[in-house]
Amino acid sequence: MTAPRPARLDLAELPQLVRQARRRLLRMHYESRIGHLGGNLSALDVLMTLHHHVMEGADRFILSKGHAAGALYVTLWSLGLLGDEDLQTFHADGTLLAGHPVPGWSEHIPFATGSLGHGFPVALGMALARHLNGEPGQVYCLTSDGEWQEGATWEALIFWAHRRLKNLSVLVDVNGLQGFGTTREVASMDQIGARVEAFGIDAYHVDGHDVRAVAATVRAHPGAVILLHTVKGKGVSFMENRMEWHYLPLSDAEYAAALAELDRP
Amino acid sequence: MRKAFCDALVELAEEERFFFLTGDLGFMALEPLQRALGSRFINAGVAEQNMVSVAAGMARAGAKPWVYSIAPFCYARPFEQIRNDLCLNGLGVRLVGNGGGYSYGSMGATHHALEDYGVLSALQGLRTYLPAFDADLRPMVRALAARAAPSYLRLGRSELEEEGGLPPYSAWRCLQRGGAGVIVVAGPIAGGLWRATRDRAAAERPALWVVSELGGEGPPMAVPHALLDAIATAPALGLVEEHVAPGGLGQQLLHALALGGQRLPRVVHAHARGYPSGRYGSQNWHRHECGLDVPAILRQLSAGRA
Repeated sequence: MTAPRPARLDLAELPQLVRQARRRLLRMHYESRIGHLGGNLSALDVLMTLHHHVMEGADRFILSKGHAAGALYVTLWSLGLLGDEDLQTFHADGTLLAGHPVPGWSEHIPFATGSLGHGFPVALGMALARHLNGEPGQVYCLTSDGEWQEGATWEALIFWAHRRLKNLSVLVDVNGLQGFGTTREVASMDQIGARVEAFGIDAYHVDGHDVRAVAATVRAHPGAVILLHTVKGKGVSFMENRMEWHYLPLSDAEYAAALAELDRP
Repeated sequence: MRKAFCDALVELAEEERFFFLTGDLGFMALEPLQRALGSRFINAGVAEQNMVSVAAGMARAGAKPWVYSIAPFCYARPFEQIRNDLCLNGLGVRLVGNGGGYSYGSMGATHHALEDYGVLSALQGLRTYLPAFDADLRPMVRALAARAAPSYLRLGRSELEEEGGLPPYSAWRCLQRGGAGVIVVAGPIAGGLWRATRDRAAAERPALWVVSELGGEGPPMAVPHALLDAIATAPALGLVEEHVAPGGLGQQLLHALALGGQRLPRVVHAHARGYPSGRYGSQNWHRHECGLDVPAILRQLSAGRA
């Protein structure tokens, strides 16, 4: 898949498009009877904002939190880079749309990810090569918050702080919930920003569901970590901040209830 | 081999896409390369997982990176980064591990690499390169530089002070023909075996083959017809490697021979056996403990001969 990215969308039009994408994301997961919705819903606003408004021709995006693959596929669908027939293969036998991104089929997915702690350092490598070769373009990477428990993430942070690369932006989906507890309960991870700054990289905080604020913060601070304060399961009240929606698929009744809620003005 | 390796890389320094990352190793060895590459020589610090992933990202951005460390820190510490970031994504990154087998001797077991190419040749698309002689480095480095898929180069120490008379480099080489069995070797022990037997009469010495590349093409390996012919008429087949048996040259070759319906003579396999006594010493001391020294290998091959 080598289709170019469509022209940048005005921010005023973005919330409506995100609503459509959120519905399509739920439908895709419902039809394929697959869970992992919580972390997809928390990441959808930033994925849409980056791909529809912030990123330009030479920019690249790497999804380090590979379990949000569904949100990335739906974002590519909203750009016209994937069709409904593609989304219908999500998780199916013979698919390219696996639960975590697989390699080799889309220039918009430069790396297979899914094991946490890989996306940040590979994004760093892309940014380093571009910097040393004097090539243009920003590299954006979206990590989860639980992912900052991986040692490789901190190795990358040390290397990045030493190299001071401005052509890399690392975004963290701070939804506060990980696989088997809150990030606060599991590893006292509510101080990521202060820890990042102690390593010598600036950190900025923003409401991860305010597309205007996300766009402004990301563009104003290249070469920094952007902490996106988000809600796991965002947009569906019975999923919001609920541990089980890291995993559960939707029943018929739950799908109907979720759609009804998204349809409300 | 580090000097030959460094010299071979310096010859390629003009290539603008060539980047060299080291995990803070190479002091008093790689300085000529550092001078030749300038900002393209990158000390990535003591952080091997990050170093391998960064190299993957660089390769994706069009660079041709090399990654260097002591062997176990190159293949074992960042194994998932090799598997996922390099192999799943099919990226041309060249891993270089210094000190194959027991090379680091009495530095201790953490610094030994006894299962590197077995583990790595199980990965999809990754080819391992096992130089036996200093002269192998120049052609090998050029082959790695041209390769678009992941590679691993295992450096050791050549056992020949004078390397004249070697056949030109290839993945499979016959160093000598002989009537006293066939020995197939991976790595520098080939030099010791050759030196010890090359002056014997042809009927009294073993045929000696060196295998220098494994993996990357999927099993079974393509064994040259000349070697198959030699094995078919030999009284014994010796397999020699400074690597544990699982996944090594011996198992890979026997697998290919079995699938090909090859009739086998008596087979002996000299390989690394870890630390049988729980004590540690020089590389030669460990080889001796495992039956990997040249006299032991030749004794095993001729045992039972009338």
